[in-house]
Amino acid sequence: MIKLNNIHKSYEMGSSKLHVLKGIDLEIEQGEFVSIMGSSGSGKSTLLNILGMLDNYDEGSYHLAGKLIANMSEKKAARLRNEMVGFVFQSFNLISFKNAMENVALPLYYQGVSRKKRNVMAMEYLDKLGLKPWAEHMPNEMSGGQKQRVAIARALISKPKIILADEPTGALDTTTSYEVMEILKEINEIGITVIIVTHEHDIAAMTQKIVRLKDGRIHEVIRNGELSEFRYKYSKELQPA
Amino acid sequence: MLDLDLWKEILSALKQNRMRSFMTAFGVFWGIFMLIIMSGAGRALENGVMEGVKAFATNSAFFWTERTSIPYEGFQRGRRWNYDNQDIEYIRQNVREVEYLSPRLFGWQQNGDNTVRGERTGAFNIYGDYPDYFKIDGWTPVKGRLMNEIDVLQKRKVCVIGERVVEVMFDKEEDPIGQYLKISGVYFQVVGVIHPETRINIGGGKKEETIIIPFTTMQTAYNYGNVIHFFSVTAKKGYSVSGLQEKLQRILKERHKISPDDVQAIGSFNIEAEFVKFSALFTGIQVLTWIVGIGTLLAGVIGVSNIMLVIIKERTQEIGIQRAIGATPAKIITHIVAESVFLTVMAGYVGLSLGVGILEILNKILEAAGDEVFFRNPEVNLTMALAALGVLVISGMFAGLIPAKRAISIKPIDALRDE
Repeated sequence: MIKLNNIHKSYEMGSSKLHVLKGIDLEIEQGEFVSIMGSSGSGKSTLLNILGMLDNYDEGSYHLAGKLIANMSEKKAARLRNEMVGFVFQSFNLISFKNAMENVALPLYYQGVSRKKRNVMAMEYLDKLGLKPWAEHMPNEMSGGQKQRVAIARALISKPKIILADEPTGALDTTTSYEVMEILKEINEIGITVIIVTHEHDIAAMTQKIVRLKDGRIHEVIRNGELSEFRYKYSKELQPA
Repeated sequence: MLDLDLWKEILSALKQNRMRSFMTAFGVFWGIFMLIIMSGAGRALENGVMEGVKAFATNSAFFWTERTSIPYEGFQRGRRWNYDNQDIEYIRQNVREVEYLSPRLFGWQQNGDNTVRGERTGAFNIYGDYPDYFKIDGWTPVKGRLMNEIDVLQKRKVCVIGERVVEVMFDKEEDPIGQYLKISGVYFQVVGVIHPETRINIGGGKKEETIIIPFTTMQTAYNYGNVIHFFSVTAKKGYSVSGLQEKLQRILKERHKISPDDVQAIGSFNIEAEFVKFSALFTGIQVLTWIVGIGTLLAGVIGVSNIMLVIIKERTQEIGIQRAIGATPAKIITHIVAESVFLTVMAGYVGLSLGVGILEILNKILEAAGDEVFFRNPEVNLTMALAALGVLVISGMFAGLIPAKRAISIKPIDALRDE
């Protein structure tokens, strides 16, 4: 599904150059549930942005569903994002002057789906996430968990192959975080690839595969079977020295 | 463009910042408002002046005499002289460019009250004229008739009088027609009350205070001999008045032994030249109006562009989201440009309507004030209104285009980071 080959990325910071990704090789299969971890500045968000075609890379190659993603026009990238990828953000990024239903329906608007049809579909997705009574509410009238669920509904409505979530639980309390993770898990179970960026170990531990980044390189990849060991290591890290 | 969501978004975006939207729109509103008002006022001045002269023959020239300034053929400088009947005869027979020729005598208005009727007296402008004069400077008979050829031929003691003369010399209910006025000692019968069609006035004073009597009667009754004070001519179709003016000056100088180089002795001017000056003046006013108006409008449009930039900056994140979930750059540009055009056109429309409304009210007031005012029919023609609207749409587009370009130059990722 996703195939990264020796991806490099650097940012110009005035006169100096910040080399963020220093050769990432990564393969993610259809239907995987992956978390990307790492300390801040390790390049995890940059990687997610490249995966989501929000940012381009300097070197290497990125194949998404067998297609090489490189040097695309903004128009083409926008269409591909719309069809292939659903985004979930830490700060929800709902549009403040649209109600829940309109927010969910927005990706379909960009596909040119008629108003009536996209509102019906939006209601369907809100219903799936248990938010039907909140359809007419504005984002500022909803709790963080509700907002994130609206955002997830919005990510799902265009029937993407991949859900990319940048710290989806970063702004939520533990209980709500677990609820959101439960939803993401359910999504994953219907065959959608879910990739989340997080720095919370307990959240990462709920995924099938953890990619740990360190200084722009993949430090280690922990697979499903090894998660118990990861949990052990994680609890050890928490022990006071 | 008929995209309900697009409009919904534009309206909600504008509604979110009522004050800011209002202030921005005000710049454009003011620009177009000023343009309309100034243009209307300029046009009104033009209409007022042109209305005042439109019944005046534009192909006419006028001649009077001044003292000579150059000694010639034994005459000293400073000589006083007059035109005479022979000049008129000569011109009538030899200058074929002349269409109408109307000699005139001026009465003594300066000597105080010159007109008497019973116990009433008044000081009026007395003119001896030929009927041709009415073809050069138009008058309409309000009552009775104008003066005619037979009055002149038979040297009848008749007069036509202005409306002010009627007010002073007659009671309100009295019919002046057929009554007699004693003008400088001679009785004249009133045959008509006349109303001036133009506001060009030769000889000073108010046009309503005019009494016109037959030229021949005046020459004979007041012992003018064959003296003529003044005459007006019009050129036949196809001849220029300026050419005719020069030719007549040459002939008259020769006939009265005046140096060909004397520029002072013959006083004359032609309306054509004055009209050209007038037209240039009004063109100037219109051009100035547009320059100032467009300048003000431009300031307004720059204001819109500026505010759109601020809006874009504030909505960077929102634009980022939209792009992340699939909005193409074209969609974003359309949105921003449409918002800018909408703001500009709405403001412009209000300015346009208000400007036209105020001109309309002004027009009503002016109409009530009568035709004494040199300011008439302030109006904005449709072409101009449409042109202004076109300018608005185009400038609105440009005002939106710069911020829109800025908006899509921000990468979606940077837009999302902006918190």
